[in-house]
Amino acid sequence: MRSLICSLAAGVLFGSGLIVAGMTSPAKVLAFFDFAGAWDPSLAVVMAVGLLTAMVGYRLALKRVAPCWAPAYVLPERNDIDRRLVVGSAIFGLGWGLVGYCPSPALVAGSAGASDAVIFSGAMITGMLVWRLVERTQAMRLARA
Amino acid sequence: MEGFTPFSAALGGLLIGAGAVLLLLGNGRVMGVGGIVDALLKGDGTRWRIGFMVGMLVPGVVAAIVLGMPFGQPGLSVPLLIVAGLLVGFGSRMGNGCTSGHGICGLARFSKRSLVATMVFFTATAATVFVMRHVLAGGAL
Repeated sequence: MRSLICSLAAGVLFGSGLIVAGMTSPAKVLAFFDFAGAWDPSLAVVMAVGLLTAMVGYRLALKRVAPCWAPAYVLPERNDIDRRLVVGSAIFGLGWGLVGYCPSPALVAGSAGASDAVIFSGAMITGMLVWRLVERTQAMRLARA
Repeated sequence: MEGFTPFSAALGGLLIGAGAVLLLLGNGRVMGVGGIVDALLKGDGTRWRIGFMVGMLVPGVVAAIVLGMPFGQPGLSVPLLIVAGLLVGFGSRMGNGCTSGHGICGLARFSKRSLVATMVFFTATAATVFVMRHVLAGGAL
């Protein structure tokens, strides 16, 4: 129960942060990336403060043998740079730049009733399912070879 | 430097970082939202994932209903929204992470993969914005 409350609270912090930061506004996000236009550096501050907070907090948290309400830390362990990582990130950036929504802000704005974010989120979830199909097809081809 | 909002940006960043720290400290998990959505789509109803997702969506719903805060951006074309959504969903799964997972949590752990991913998607996003605004639309978009 305590772990559920903790993840709920973490979600509330994150969701509020996205709204306060202006990440849920596609225009605000794109204004950061528009270096050749009327550049708005706000997103750089969001990322810098968010990252610094996470760095300090992670370092302190990982001094514990285990998290407070779960048996162990579950951290990504891979360290290799493969084509999939680079190509996938490039495709993600292309989509982010077209409209200005990345996954969490789109879901937040969509559930707050923004019809554009609902359409975007529906397509985004479809895109995730399409990737899963591609992955499954690749795995089947590998298994057959 | 139009519309620069350093204070709300800093407060927002602090809240985002605090959410990531609390999820790791309490649940031992990295806050990658694309991955959480993907797991929920697979029917993995682990409680922390459901809790996090509900918590993440509550502030927006409250802000819209109680404070009457406007969300979204009118005037975006539906085909553009669909193409962008498909690319974001597909790319974030293919690249194993989005802005929260790679950009905040991964970099906070000094992950080499996340550093590469973040540099690639920030560059791709900026390039897309440049093309859309200054090449295709002649700055009108």
